[in-house]
Amino acid sequence: MSGSALVHKMVLLACLKERMVLMNFHIPELVVSAGSPEEAEKLLAAGADAVTVGDGRYALRVPGNFSMPMITDVVRIAHGQGKKVYVALNALLHQEELNGLDEYVRQLAQSKVDAVVFGDPAVLVAMQKTAPGLKRHWSTETTSTNWRTVNFWARKGASRAILARELSLEEVIGVKQQSRIPVQVQVHGMTCIFHSKRPLVSNYLHILGKGDNKQEQLMVLKENTRSGQHYPIIEDHNGTHVMSHEDICMLEHLGVLIENGIDSFYIEALGKPLSYNCQVVSVYRQAIDCLAKNPQAALDPALLDAINAVQPTERPIGTGFYFREQVY
Amino acid sequence: MTNQTRKKPELLAPAGNLEKLKFAVLYGADAVYIGGQQYGLRAKAGNFTFEDMREGVAFAHERGAKVYVAANIMAHNEDFAGMADYFQMLQKVGIDAVIVADPAIVDVCREAAPGLEIHISTQASVTNWQAVQFWAEEGIPRVVLAREVSLQEICEIKRHVDIEIEAFVHGAMCISYSGRCVLSNHMTNRDANRGGCAQSCRWKYDLFAEEEGDMHPLFAEGDETFTMSSKDLCMLEHIPEMIEAGVDSLKIEGRMKSIHYVATVVNAYRQVIDAYWDSPETFVFKPEWREEIMKAANRPLTTGFYFHQPTEDDQIFGVPPKMTAYDFAGLVLAYDEETGIATIEQRNHFKRGQEVEFIGPGRERFIQRIGEMWDEEGNSLDEAPHPMQKVLVRVEKPVKPYDLMRKEKGTT
Ligand code: SF4
Repeated sequence: MSGSALVHKMVLLACLKERMVLMNFHIPELVVSAGSPEEAEKLLAAGADAVTVGDGRYALRVPGNFSMPMITDVVRIAHGQGKKVYVALNALLHQEELNGLDEYVRQLAQSKVDAVVFGDPAVLVAMQKTAPGLKRHWSTETTSTNWRTVNFWARKGASRAILARELSLEEVIGVKQQSRIPVQVQVHGMTCIFHSKRPLVSNYLHILGKGDNKQEQLMVLKENTRSGQHYPIIEDHNGTHVMSHEDICMLEHLGVLIENGIDSFYIEALGKPLSYNCQVVSVYRQAIDCLAKNPQAALDPALLDAINAVQPTERPIGTGFYFREQVY
Repeated sequence: MTNQTRKKPELLAPAGNLEKLKFAVLYGADAVYIGGQQYGLRAKAGNFTFEDMREGVAFAHERGAKVYVAANIMAHNEDFAGMADYFQMLQKVGIDAVIVADPAIVDVCREAAPGLEIHISTQASVTNWQAVQFWAEEGIPRVVLAREVSLQEICEIKRHVDIEIEAFVHGAMCISYSGRCVLSNHMTNRDANRGGCAQSCRWKYDLFAEEEGDMHPLFAEGDETFTMSSKDLCMLEHIPEMIEAGVDSLKIEGRMKSIHYVATVVNAYRQVIDAYWDSPETFVFKPEWREEIMKAANRPLTTGFYFHQPTEDDQIFGVPPKMTAYDFAGLVLAYDEETGIATIEQRNHFKRGQEVEFIGPGRERFIQRIGEMWDEEGNSLDEAPHPMQKVLVRVEKPVKPYDLMRKEKGTT
């Protein structure tokens, strides 16, 4: 029996035990980012309800660039299974990108994607003009921090809010309670903790007398005075991005998110091999299906083991800011 | 375009407290921005009480200057309690505008204080004319652009949208897009978007390439370490370009900076703006203006994103170069024309024989050595060691109250 089939069986047992308390909760959606149509297909097969894809010209930190034909392709695959495709258009846009924006949005609407993820109001303006029927998910990353801002963008046509990863669980629940639109949070993977427009890696390599940073390879920063914390750093079309040193893993707390009606769970695939991401998606799929019946059900420890089994040793898993107190 | 058909741009200066506000206004700011007790990003800048604000507004308005309040945090759910009252109070004390980043705060402010003007903060990262248009359609009269916008992009924005544009011309800058950095949240547990930034970008890091789990250092023994520290912005020499691009408000950063900094920087920009505005055809940039700025500079300077994508030359690597720093030595309280003697309030140690410089609003500095000096009772002094002590000093040229006396740091 393969590892993941074993996990599956144990979860079923756990769920059966909890059958007594049967009150169905809303089953939240499971979204994962994908780097190619082939990856998307596998991630959907592993249990994702939707994939987020994009073109690095317009989207921040996508795990692979999707051309328009690739988008059409992935839409066909997903829709064939009753699943969804969201296109990230969440970069901070400068005039250069904006010249082609109307046309890009028109093509997205034509290819029948299910929603566009936006942060810059310029995207809203373009969509109102050229794709009024297309859904809009609002995400300004670090600055999506409260329910009133969510409702502001809801008034402007957003149909979903993607919240900042720096919020506490209590704050996430507070937003959900007052939000007029569905709410998405990240439950797994790395997060971006710094975004500069400047090519900071290339600039540094120049200082060392080396050439440009040509390939968009993953590099790692180590803070000089703290041992052991590795922050991945990426340089691309949109500048330089520093990523968290830990991976969020909210597996053990999915129940409370479900209980509080959080609508969508996001898994960040960036920086991980497909096999890892498929395993993670499949584990969350099983956990969600189990917990949607009873959010207070004890989670099968085998699920967490299944994550730990594939987790790279240099990347600790943690709960991000969900349970962390911050001062200012 | 002739000057009859357009407005002279505003010089907007930071004011960390009431005293700095007065200096900023006296040295030539058309407007100042301050922080209140709540909702601002500079938790540690001696923020204004409503009482201070009232006094500051009265002082500024008497001199034709405006006062803006920064309320530029990204709000969290808990921050809304009491927020409406806060904006009502700001309106009551006569604040001219608030600077806001979070649309939720825009909503609260519009509802609570409909008469209070709202400016969209640089923290909202507005980078293109469509986004500016969005805010214009919301009834917002002014947008502070992201620091990543080039001069050419500013021209484009002004061409498309009829709105006031405010842009930074001087001061420290985030190397990230404003609001898009939570390094300090991760590394120090302090929320950068609510004023807790610990400047983690300026720390030292080691850079590795990762290949199949192995880490290869990209630096060799003895190489500079990786860091993300930006030089400070300075557009003093390029004020003509900023004006021609149509920027309506030229903004100086630095609510945490000293009186000496604010006075010196404002003074220099005031002179350049006036000189160019009064006679664009005959304008020539005077090297003294730049020299003045250098006396207050904390870091090497750059033009940021205005002309090109910043490179390694716009960052600081290794040991930051030593800047010739000046100290605020004394404040002129009074001047007796007949005797040529100034009454000076001590702000830093000075003594007989020491070289000092006097600067004042709108005029060029002069340098002299401290000659004779006395205490208020007329006893001769060799030095002025006590903070706030009043000292009589003979000066070589006329001075005025609020003129500053400065000395090079570490000199005696
Ligand atoms: S760490 Fe640096 S880039 Fe980040 S908020 Fe602070 S000053 Fe800005």
